[in-house]
Amino acid sequence: MTTTPSQLAISARGLRKAFGDQIVLDGIDLNVPEGTIFSLLGPNGAGKTTMIQILSTLIAADDGEARVAGHDLARDPDAVRAAIGVTGQFSAVDNLLTGEENLILMADLHHLGRREGRHRAAALLDRFDLVEATKKTPATYSGGMRRRLDLAMTLVGDPRIIFLDEPTAGLDPRSRHTMWQIIRDLVAGGITIFLTTQYLDEADRLADRIAVLDHGKLVAEGTADELKRRVPGGHIRLQFADTAGLESAARAFGEGSRDDDALTLQVPSDGGVRSLRALLDRLDDESIAVDGLSVHTPDLDDVFFALTGHPNTEKGSVR
Amino acid sequence: MSTLSYAVSDSATMLRRSLRHMLRYLSLTLFVIGIPVIFLLLFVYVFGGTLGAGLGGPSGGRAAYVNYVVPGILLLTVAGAVQGTAISVAMDMTEGIIARFRTMAISRAAVLTGHVLASMIQTMLSLAVVIAVALLIGFRPTASPVAWIAALGVLMMIAFALIWLSVALGLVAKSVETASNTPMFLMLLPFFGSGFVPTDSLPAGLRQFAEYQPFTLVTETLRGLLLGTPIGNSAYSAIAWCGAIALVGYLWARALFNRDPVR
Repeated sequence: MTTTPSQLAISARGLRKAFGDQIVLDGIDLNVPEGTIFSLLGPNGAGKTTMIQILSTLIAADDGEARVAGHDLARDPDAVRAAIGVTGQFSAVDNLLTGEENLILMADLHHLGRREGRHRAAALLDRFDLVEATKKTPATYSGGMRRRLDLAMTLVGDPRIIFLDEPTAGLDPRSRHTMWQIIRDLVAGGITIFLTTQYLDEADRLADRIAVLDHGKLVAEGTADELKRRVPGGHIRLQFADTAGLESAARAFGEGSRDDDALTLQVPSDGGVRSLRALLDRLDDESIAVDGLSVHTPDLDDVFFALTGHPNTEKGSVR
Repeated sequence: MSTLSYAVSDSATMLRRSLRHMLRYLSLTLFVIGIPVIFLLLFVYVFGGTLGAGLGGPSGGRAAYVNYVVPGILLLTVAGAVQGTAISVAMDMTEGIIARFRTMAISRAAVLTGHVLASMIQTMLSLAVVIAVALLIGFRPTASPVAWIAALGVLMMIAFALIWLSVALGLVAKSVETASNTPMFLMLLPFFGSGFVPTDSLPAGLRQFAEYQPFTLVTETLRGLLLGTPIGNSAYSAIAWCGAIALVGYLWARALFNRDPVR
C-alpha cells in the first residue's frame, strides 16, 4: 500500500475487542484513503458491526489505535464525531417524529439555525424521494424509505466520512439499487464511505477496496479483482454438439469435469487471454468442433470459501 | 468556549423532542394524567364517607376527607407521572436513534436532560389537572399565596427527585415492560404513609415505617402548607430526602447512560 498518511480518512492499527471471553476483533489493521469506498465483507458474527461501533466512537476498543478524519479515536472522540456520519443496520430514526421533524432534529443538533435547518431538511427530502414522508411518522414507511430517511439524517451534518452498516440488508432489489446509486453519488461528491456487507456482489459493485473479515481477523484485502485472482476456480466451459466432440476434447484436455448429459467440458483456466488463446489453438490442432464457449472467473463466493475454508453461510445473528 | 451554550441548546432540542413524543404517544400521557384523577374520585366518593367519619374531626364525613386526601393524591400523581418517564426513557433506549446521538458531537447529558425537563412539565400539567378537579369536588385549602408557592416548590422538589430516579430505572431496565413495572412501588408508597389515612391508625411495625418514609414527610409538609396543619420537622426531612433521592438518581442515571452501550 502506497498511500500517504495525510490522504487517509481512516487508519487503524491492531484494534482488538472482546465481549467477556469472546474475542470479536483480533488485531485489525486497515487504511482507507479519502474519497473511496471501503467494504468490510464478512458473514454475520464476523465482527463487522463491532468494527463500525469502534470507528464511530460508540464503543471503545480494548487495544490498538485508530485515526478517523485525522483525529485520534481515544483522545479526541468529539472531533471524530463532528466529521463522521453513521447509518446503522438497525435504523436510527425517531419513530415518533415525522420525516421532516427527524431531519430538523438533526439540523438543530448540528446547530445549523432554524432557516438553514429547514432548508436542508427540505432539500434532503426532495433528493431522497421522501417528499411523501415529510409529514408522516416512520411507522408508515417502507423498508427502503426508512433506510433513505436514516441516511438523509446522517447527511444533514455534511459528514466527510460515512459509516454504513449493512445499508441494504433486508431491502428489496429495487431499493437496493437505489441505495447503491445514492452511495456512488456520495463518493462522487468526495465523501469517504466505510461499508460493511455480507452481500458479495454488493462489495464487488461498490467498493474500491475490500477487506474480508472472518472470526475477528482480516483474512484478505485488495480490490475485487485482486481478491478474485488469488483463488483458483476459474474455468472455460466448452459446449459440444455431439458425444464425439466431447470425447475427443476430453482426450485432449483430460477428463476433468465433463458432463455427458449436457455435453459440456470444464477446462481449468485463469480466464486470461493467453490461456484462452492456447486453448483455442489446441482445439484447432485437434480439429475439435465446439458449439459454444464461456469463460468463468471466480466470484467472491469462491474467494470467501478459498480464504476462510468455509462458505459464506449465515450464522446465528450476533448484534 | 461555547461548550455550555451548546449544552443548553442541545438540551432544549431534546426537550422539544420529548414534548413532541408526549403529544404523539398521547395514550401514555392521558393515562398518566387520568389515573390520579380516577383515584381522587374513587377515594372521595367511594371510600370518602367512611374514611372521613374515621378522621374524627369536627365536621367529619366526605367533605373533611377531600381535604385530607388531596396531598396524598398529589403524590400519587407525581409517582404515576414518573412511571411515564421510566417508560419513555426505556423506549428511547431500545431505539437506534440513541446510538446515533452517541456518535454525534452533542452534549452527552442533553438526552437525559431533555427527558427530565419534559417529565417535569408533564408532571406539573398532571398536578394542575388534579388540583383543578379537587377544587371542583370540594377541596378547600386555606393556604396563602406564599404557602401555595411553597407547596408548589415541594411538589417540584419531589417530582425532580423521583424523575431522576425513574430515568435511572428506565435505563437499567432491559425492556420497556420492566421499565413500566419497576417504578410501581412508588405508587404504593403513598398508601403506606399518611397519604390516605392517619399513621396513628396503623399497626405498630407499619406505623414506624410510615412515619419515617419520605412520602409521609412530603405529605405532611404539603398538608401543612395547604391546610394549615402542623408541619413540625417534616419539611426539613422532606427536603433532605428529596435531595438524597435526586442525587442518587442522577448519579446512577449518568453512570448507566455513560457505560458501554454494547455489552
